[in-house]
Amino acid sequence: MTFLDYAFMQRALLAAVLVGITAPAVGIYLVQRRQALMGDGIGHVAMTGVGLGFLLSASPVWMATAVSILGAVLMELIRWYGRTRGDIALAMLFYGGMAGGVMFINLAPGGSNANLTSYLFGSLTTVSPSDVTAICLLAAFVMLVTLGLRRQLFAVSQDEEFARVTGLPVRALNLLTAVTAAVTVTVAMRVVGLLLVSALMVVPVAAAQQLTRSFAATFAIAVAIGVSVTIGGTITSYYQYVPPGATIVLLTIAVFIALTALAAPLARRRARALAAAQPGGDPAECAIPAGRTPDGTVGV
Amino acid sequence: MGEPVISMRGVRAELGARPVLRGIDLTVHRGEVVALLGANGSGKSTAVRSLIGQVPVSAGGIELFGTPRGRFRDWRRVGYVPQRTTAAGGVPATVTEVVTSGRLSRARFGLLRKADHAAVRRALELVGMADRAKDSVDALSGGQHQRVLIARALAADPELLIMDEPMAGVDLASQEVLAGTLREQVAAGATVLLVLHELGPLEPLIDRAVVLRDGCVVHDGPPPRAVGQHALPGHDHVHPHAPAGAEPLRTGLLS
Repeated sequence: MTFLDYAFMQRALLAAVLVGITAPAVGIYLVQRRQALMGDGIGHVAMTGVGLGFLLSASPVWMATAVSILGAVLMELIRWYGRTRGDIALAMLFYGGMAGGVMFINLAPGGSNANLTSYLFGSLTTVSPSDVTAICLLAAFVMLVTLGLRRQLFAVSQDEEFARVTGLPVRALNLLTAVTAAVTVTVAMRVVGLLLVSALMVVPVAAAQQLTRSFAATFAIAVAIGVSVTIGGTITSYYQYVPPGATIVLLTIAVFIALTALAAPLARRRARALAAAQPGGDPAECAIPAGRTPDGTVGV
Repeated sequence: MGEPVISMRGVRAELGARPVLRGIDLTVHRGEVVALLGANGSGKSTAVRSLIGQVPVSAGGIELFGTPRGRFRDWRRVGYVPQRTTAAGGVPATVTEVVTSGRLSRARFGLLRKADHAAVRRALELVGMADRAKDSVDALSGGQHQRVLIARALAADPELLIMDEPMAGVDLASQEVLAGTLREQVAAGATVLLVLHELGPLEPLIDRAVVLRDGCVVHDGPPPRAVGQHALPGHDHVHPHAPAGAEPLRTGLLS
């Protein structure tokens, strides 16, 4: 375990684990409300924040957090008010965010698109101690929300209309989800990069679903997958000199494919076990009606 | 007659620029079972959704349990069954998990105690779904799905049940279970407002029918009974006290 001797690797692994936990923990609610690509949208908006950070010589992480929260809230407002043309407004927000990032970073003294690259695709080994502090604080917030309010967020994401009649503050919870997703994007920004963030929010959840029937199990397995692939990807990139962000995302997709391949035989076994447990229950196959002979002619 | 549980006066609502409710009055008293009937597009779903605050109201007043709806906070007294479409989300969830979200109105800060878990189990038993508690809702049939949504509404032990087309797309066996569940609730003193397309197996339970057409109340009284020729399938219900010369009232009840 020589890689643990290096301080930069310790920081990288800590950041990776926190992202492995938080990204699927938020992503599961986005997938549940069928907004799987919201993370991607926030990632684009966060680029403007990174650019502004460089331009104003402020911390790009905190600036990206502020701008992506603003963008997420704006997306939520568009969802409320602009039902019909919501997709167009969202598209403008996404590409406006990306263009803004490129513009601001090139306006910054000595800035160029090269600075942006480490934010777009992640730069795990350059995570600084102050980045780690920011990532820890933000991750703590995300975990507090996604675990502490899991029943409320589940209800709102499952059926907004019903949640309103149980007296839940639906709008506040929707905004909180958006803000939490924005925070997660900036937490994951240094690890997998803004363009790949959404993969860690969505793919572990999709992979976990192949095996599960309950929300609780999906949550637990998605987080377990998230942590495994971020640690695995970080260590792989240390030994093989490959980019960690891309490695993590490809690993996640590999896990998804493996679990999908496993799921079909597993479901068949489950069905057989169920049939065996209920003797005299529903037969697995249709019975041939009496009077019908195997060659298909019907006896009268 | 008990005090009014639901009171809508002169309620108007628009969807976009199109008026959907044009000043409807609807009162449901404690212990009553009222059916809201009407053809597609008559405004019956909008009426119910304005009642729970899902559709904004442009004029008129709505009161729940004597409190103006805007100030009403006691949602634990209301059980709502939305029109079936939304129950399955993008992530698997078990029957118990879905029904538990109906108990949140009684759980402070979302913390569930023993009594809450017991209430969820009881609600599942009421609709005959206790044996499917750990199954994913994706694996259920339409009728079973509807039973789960009704269990979710019952989990908070509500005094008022509002159901939007609970029988739509439900197989006969589930219809009987639902009618039985509703009968028990009514016997225990629940007040019920049902949006229905046809009376079906719930007919004996219904005290009063309110028929909407084009966003107006055109009948408020005993439920229209289909007798003789009227009971034939495909026959449109012609209302006896419709104004002379008016076109026959097409409620769609029997079509």
